[in-house]
Amino acid sequence: MAEIVLDKVTKRYPDGALAVQEVNLEIADGEFIILVGPSGCGKSTTLNMIAGLEDITDGELRIGGQRVNEKAPKDRDIAMVFQSYALYPHMTVKENMAFPLRLAKVDNATVEKKVKEAAEILDLTQHLDRKPSNLSGGQRQRVAMGRAIVRNPKAFLMDEPLSNLDAKLRVQMRTSVSRLQKQLGTTTVYVTHDQTEAMTLGDRVVVMRGGVVQQIGAPQFLYDQPANLFVAGFIGSPSMNFVPATLENGALRSVIGDVTLTDRVRQLVEAADAPREVIMGIRPEHFEDAALVDAAALSSGGKFTHQVDVLESMGSDKYAYFNLTGEQAASAELQELAKDAGSDDVPGDGIPLVTRLSSASGAVEGASADIWFDADKVQLFDPSNGRNLTYTER
Amino acid sequence: MAGIGGAETTGKKWGWGLLNAVVVVYALVPVLWIVSLSFKSSKTLADGNFIPREWSLENYQNIFSTSEFTRALINSIGIAIIATAIAVVFGTMAAYAIARLDFPGKNLLVGVSLLIAMFPQVSLVSPLFEIERSLGLFDTWPGLILPYITFALPLAIYTLSAFFREIPWELEKAAKMDGATPGQAFRRVIAPLAAPGVFTTAILVFIFCWNDFLFAISLTSTEQSRTVPVALSFFTGSSQFEDPAGSIAAAAVVITIPIILFVLFFQRRIVAGLTSGAVKG
Repeated sequence: MAEIVLDKVTKRYPDGALAVQEVNLEIADGEFIILVGPSGCGKSTTLNMIAGLEDITDGELRIGGQRVNEKAPKDRDIAMVFQSYALYPHMTVKENMAFPLRLAKVDNATVEKKVKEAAEILDLTQHLDRKPSNLSGGQRQRVAMGRAIVRNPKAFLMDEPLSNLDAKLRVQMRTSVSRLQKQLGTTTVYVTHDQTEAMTLGDRVVVMRGGVVQQIGAPQFLYDQPANLFVAGFIGSPSMNFVPATLENGALRSVIGDVTLTDRVRQLVEAADAPREVIMGIRPEHFEDAALVDAAALSSGGKFTHQVDVLESMGSDKYAYFNLTGEQAASAELQELAKDAGSDDVPGDGIPLVTRLSSASGAVEGASADIWFDADKVQLFDPSNGRNLTYTER
Repeated sequence: MAGIGGAETTGKKWGWGLLNAVVVVYALVPVLWIVSLSFKSSKTLADGNFIPREWSLENYQNIFSTSEFTRALINSIGIAIIATAIAVVFGTMAAYAIARLDFPGKNLLVGVSLLIAMFPQVSLVSPLFEIERSLGLFDTWPGLILPYITFALPLAIYTLSAFFREIPWELEKAAKMDGATPGQAFRRVIAPLAAPGVFTTAILVFIFCWNDFLFAISLTSTEQSRTVPVALSFFTGSSQFEDPAGSIAAAAVVITIPIILFVLFFQRRIVAGLTSGAVKG
């Protein structure tokens, strides 16, 4: 158990490509931290540098207060769980789990005891004599975890450990990974591209893009106060809606109606020295069927009427999708997010909008609906650099 | 439609079956002919019957009664095993480096080894003969082992590097994370997984050494290091008028047996999909 400190850690490949740029991160002892971002954002490279599988070009990495830049992986006393599990196919489950202990020259009785303990924690006791090829995906994943926990390392590194499991098992394993980490209290660095895993698992989340840390914070904080367009669009599912808007004398004009900024938002925008043209971001749950909103709220929020494109009823909520006429909000961050989601080549004119309405809503697919949104929940972004103009440290 | 499709596939199957049968018969008839010859007595040797009229072990007794053949057999076995062992050990190391590491001159190394494999051996025989004579290697075991290793190494490196590339690199990373030194990772994780590749390569190299005639006849002169394929060509009948075909056939059958045994023995170890279960899927 130890804290891990990344001090301006940089990775530059021999061909000059910058994979990770000056990452500063202090991971406390016992903390569960998530590195998240689209593919190619440098999260796995960062993890590999902590592991010692890749050299650090610049900066310092300290584990337990000690500089480890030059240490081989085996001397860092950290365990890693790989995306592919990387189990040794010629060894049984037991031998796989015992392997780190055997290398450490631990005596037989202790090896037996530790493997047994780990197998009990992970519910693998009856599979100890089987080979990895005879195990299911979930079992293999647990063996990989077992191999990591047997030797009580200073830290766990996990590289997308759940991404090869099917959806249902992934949810199940997600909770058991979380429980296991709490139970063992070992510092854990977890890499994922799945924002749901990031939201649910971590004490803190590090959002990366293009080798640069975008924001570090508790999941809820990142959700409520994204530092920029990229974090806003990446965290949350369905993701935040982005609509181009114009700021004019304390009012915000856009295709989803004009609203007067609330005092809180106005003060923030003034302090941030906002430009005239902005991108307005608003989460699906901050919309509501206008018929279900009381009069006081109705007058302070924004309102628009448009034909419902698609309506999905989830039982507890209804998701209404709109396709508004107008130019889509454009910025480098949004383009990258669309590319990551694979929707960059989906043809579409107009502005897509997702709203989450109460199940009591009378909205009907194909018919017009009156939709209200909460003016105080609006976030405004600078289109030139993606900065959140309404960001507060709160 | 389905009927026609079915007829077509059945027709295709028959066509392929026939073709395969022709190939198998074409390859096996001479072998069976040799076997048949080896069991014929000297009187019935030239009677042209496929199945011997009288079975006899005369030819086998003959070849084992003189040292000409037995000594050659010992030479063949010794030289082929030593050459195979050395080529496989060096080949494994070289192939691992080629598959895993990026080092300056890697492409040059691969290119040169390919060049050696492509080089017409016959053009090297005369210079080798001169070199070995002046070095005192002519007509010795090392005199054959060295050229065999030279020509078997490219083969070994190529086959083995293909096998090493198949082994997921993450296994090695995992071993490193588990506390293994590079040497331990190689010995305890990579080598056991590469074993089928090593055995396959060993078989190929062994067969190459075992079958060689060109070097063996050019670089040997006496029983001291003459291998079986060469010794066969020196077979004579017990008298000038006797045809040695029976003895040659018997010797040919005998030298085929080790190859068959070798393949059968190692076949069990060449288990496909040994690495399944290491990674997803």
